[in-house]
Amino acid sequence: MRLELRGITKTFGSVAANSAIDLTVEPGEIHCLLGENGAGKSTLMNILYGLLSPDSGEIVVDGEVREFTSPGDAIRAGIGMVHQHFMLVPVFTVAENLVLGHEESRGGVLGWLDRRKARQDVVEVSARYGLPVDPDALVEDLPVGVQQRVEIIKALMRDAQVLILDEPTAVLTPQETEELFTVMRGLKAAGKSVVFITHKLREVRAVADRITVIRRGKVVGQADPKTGVRELASLMVGRDVRLVVEKEPREPGAVALSVRGLSVRDDRGQLAVDDVSFDLHAGEVLGIAGVQGNGQTELVEAITGLRPAQGSAELSGRQLIGASPRTVLRMGVGHIPEDRQHDGLVPDFSIAENLALDEADRAPFGNMLMLDLDAIAKNGADRLAEFDIRAESAQTPAAALSGGNQQKVVVARALQRDPALLVASQPTRGVDVGAMEFIHKRIIEQRDAGKPVLIVSTELDEITALSDRIAVMYRGKIVDIVPSDTSNEELGLLMAGGGAEDAAADEAAPVSDAVPVSDAVPSAAEPTETAETAEPAAAEPADTVPAPRAAESPVAEAEAEPVRDATPEEAPAEESSETADE
Amino acid sequence: MAVATIATPAVLAAPETDVRRRSAGLTQIVLGVVALFAFGLGSRTAHGASTTFGLTLISKQGTKVPDWVFPARPVIVALALVCVLIGAARLAVQLPRGWRLAGTSVVLFCFTFAFMAWSAADPKGGERLIIPSLLNSMVVAAVPLVLGALGGVVGERSGVVNVAIEGQLLFGGFMTALVGSTTHNLFIGVIAGTLAGALMGLLLAVLAIRYLIEQVVLGVVLNLLALGVTGFLYKSLMQTNQSSYNSVSQFDSFRIPGLASIWVVGPVLFDQPLIIYVTVFLVVLVHLGLFRTRWGLRTRAVGEHPAAADTVGVKVLRLRYRNVMLGGAFAGLGGAWLVGNVGNFTEAMTNGKGFIALAAVIFGRWSPFGALAAAGLFGFTAALADQTSSLQLPIPSDLLSTLPYVATLFAVAGLIGRVRAPAADGKPYIKG
Ligand SMILES: Nc1ncnc2c1ncn2[C@@H]1O[C@H](COP(=O)(O)OP(=O)(O)OP(=O)(O)O)[C@@H](O)[C@H]1O
Ligand SMILES: [Mg+2]
Repeated sequence: MRLELRGITKTFGSVAANSAIDLTVEPGEIHCLLGENGAGKSTLMNILYGLLSPDSGEIVVDGEVREFTSPGDAIRAGIGMVHQHFMLVPVFTVAENLVLGHEESRGGVLGWLDRRKARQDVVEVSARYGLPVDPDALVEDLPVGVQQRVEIIKALMRDAQVLILDEPTAVLTPQETEELFTVMRGLKAAGKSVVFITHKLREVRAVADRITVIRRGKVVGQADPKTGVRELASLMVGRDVRLVVEKEPREPGAVALSVRGLSVRDDRGQLAVDDVSFDLHAGEVLGIAGVQGNGQTELVEAITGLRPAQGSAELSGRQLIGASPRTVLRMGVGHIPEDRQHDGLVPDFSIAENLALDEADRAPFGNMLMLDLDAIAKNGADRLAEFDIRAESAQTPAAALSGGNQQKVVVARALQRDPALLVASQPTRGVDVGAMEFIHKRIIEQRDAGKPVLIVSTELDEITALSDRIAVMYRGKIVDIVPSDTSNEELGLLMAGGGAEDAAADEAAPVSDAVPVSDAVPSAAEPTETAETAEPAAAEPADTVPAPRAAESPVAEAEAEPVRDATPEEAPAEESSETADE
Repeated sequence: MAVATIATPAVLAAPETDVRRRSAGLTQIVLGVVALFAFGLGSRTAHGASTTFGLTLISKQGTKVPDWVFPARPVIVALALVCVLIGAARLAVQLPRGWRLAGTSVVLFCFTFAFMAWSAADPKGGERLIIPSLLNSMVVAAVPLVLGALGGVVGERSGVVNVAIEGQLLFGGFMTALVGSTTHNLFIGVIAGTLAGALMGLLLAVLAIRYLIEQVVLGVVLNLLALGVTGFLYKSLMQTNQSSYNSVSQFDSFRIPGLASIWVVGPVLFDQPLIIYVTVFLVVLVHLGLFRTRWGLRTRAVGEHPAAADTVGVKVLRLRYRNVMLGGAFAGLGGAWLVGNVGNFTEAMTNGKGFIALAAVIFGRWSPFGALAAAGLFGFTAALADQTSSLQLPIPSDLLSTLPYVATLFAVAGLIGRVRAPAADGKPYIKG
């Protein structure tokens, strides 16, 4: 199916999200859409999928002009889509979510559901594509990575001719990303096409046949998939991006945060953090590495007062455990929560209000009785400029922001108060390379100002680039704390529980679908650079990649520029980071 | 961040909080103590008074069952002690969920039974509480509640709050009386009443879904509208000409052979007008529909996450329109019952039943069987107030008739614990 978008224009208020965009998707190609946060990628795709109606422009399918007034029309025309923000019913099972909309029923008019067949179909499709899911699990109980998998299966099950993937890899493990790529190549081979949106430039280079770059609602050009990451980055953002995290070695100061014997239970009452102790010094960044679901989330929630815990965590002598989140905030803890949509924002509040939310009852935003609306508005406008949040104004509701811009609001709020302790979970999830550069810079500034910083990230490269020391968590325990120049191989081993056999026996099992240990380890077979060691990409480890990637290795070899200095996401040290995520 | 406090605290998932355990245990003990002193040791049960429960439903045919007579005080005291013991156990130990539920049910049963035994206690043995009439009036009272609640359930499951149940009952009842009288056919009247309810549903749907009016406010306004319109027409049309515009035949009982002869409950459950069976059938039907069919899957999806349903090609708004109309039809049928049960319409005859039905929706956790159970409970308290009013209780009967409302408050506030409404309930779906 040949798909053509002609002159698509869409404005929200005074924001031109799309202005006269032309885009052609040929059958059998993987077409990457690149663009900074708020460039209009999701808007364009939502128009194509019938969720939004364009102000002008037309959609042409195989030479025929079509009008999609609802996703149903687009689905019937053979278009499938995975949305940036999950479109799953949380209280439904996986199988129910997957059959919704095209339920096969045997009861004729009655529409009796055939649950057994639905379950079988799910098992069959997920096995076929190598994306395992439990059909009977409730979606709300699943970690985000698995929810993402469900979304992908949902789109695949409909046999779409054109599949739109809007940032599907933001929360996937490297293995899952790799499997998704295999699926995408399979679709391509079958003559179907894929529109793929991501901010991880190395992924673009791995799968793209064609790249279209969008900036501020306009197509600014096409790029060759062989283009280097640097070039892609500057094409996207419109300026040179420093992909390196500049960080001078620093002598850490005194112990600022002291955690002793901390144990935390998860929602199901299981021990998620098991007797953890560590020190975080002033002027130090401590990174918490580990496969998702090994207790990082609960550790952060305990320290920020969001979850009851046993043990102690003292910030400059004051106890954080048992304190209310409000008290913790008053002690100067800044928190970037891992799920911005769930914990970070009130969607109907404006950006300015969201930014003032945590200190609305104290200067400068107000007092116990009244809000100072002018101060809130001014702060909003200032942060908007400072963090380059793309919005009409600071009065725009948070819900109207693009995903990456929502993330910037959450980050800005945590940083604006110059926190005595910064706790950042997935600080750069979904932001573009430019914003990532900025956020990383601010985090390092925080450290250089002598503040303690705790970072949790599933991107191992982000951890190694920012941290002074790295604590590796496995099954609720910190198996080791290592210097930041530790090799990814070693980190991979630690994350798989190496050196912590005793911990492995613990009943506090992490999420069932954690990456199999055997997968995590070999892919770490990379030399030991941290992201800032500028060095040619000689070690492009094509041999460590699963089969499909091998085909891409010529491209990788053609890449001679010093990409080794890239920031985590797009560093060609792709395999190394793969150890890290999930 | 401060916002993060909005996140579900982990505590909710914990077994049972101390606060909750204590308050539950104390409440149960208090109920026991009240039963002990007010009922068991009060003057009404003094002088060896005995309680008489009648077991034959006089109005219906059936075998005569002898009265049940027992000494009031010892039985009530024993029941009260059971309540206290269960409450103390709850206070003392962490009980698993199943035990807690069982304990609560036993306490409620004992307390209610103690009250009934007390109310029918009489030293001379003349007073009696006729259990089958109590049950019968419970069934009669429950039917409109069940139908109204069922209407609420199908609407709210798809994301439209229906506060207008009261108005739908009322309008349904009015049209039943009007059409039933003019056509001299109750059946046609019932159909008209049902359609009238659906029409009210359509009005609600258009205003809520298309014009995005705040749904609770809208419901209240529609109730007032129904009250005003039916009141006006009643006064101007029916009151002056009762025989031609406001007189329908009453429902005939439909006796199910065999089952109707079951001891005590047979005549109550199996010798009733057809609508009662239809109501039970509808409950089962809606339950199966909601949880076993495509319609139900889509309905629940639309009520939880309309955008997700939309992205898989479900027509969100169309489904909402249909469900709200269907819900209105159920409530309209409930109104028809009210009229067909007595044979005519009176102004404001629903008297808050629609609101009780709304409570039953929540108490029943948005499920058809839950709504049935809740409506049954509310119907029972109403029946109890009604049946004991002739027994010369020291409690004023006005106060007693607030019983269902108090029960509603308790039920909605405390007993059910944390309930989760459909996530998109009351939220209009607006496409960009
Ligand atoms: N419903 C809406 N109301 C108002 N403005 C909107 C709405 N949806 C999107 N926008 C604006 O349109 C612009 C494009 O948003 P879009 O979500 O398409 O960006 P994006 O390219 O997908 O960015 P990201 O990479 O951060 O996801 C943004 O400036 C955003 O604020
Ligand atoms: Mg987007």
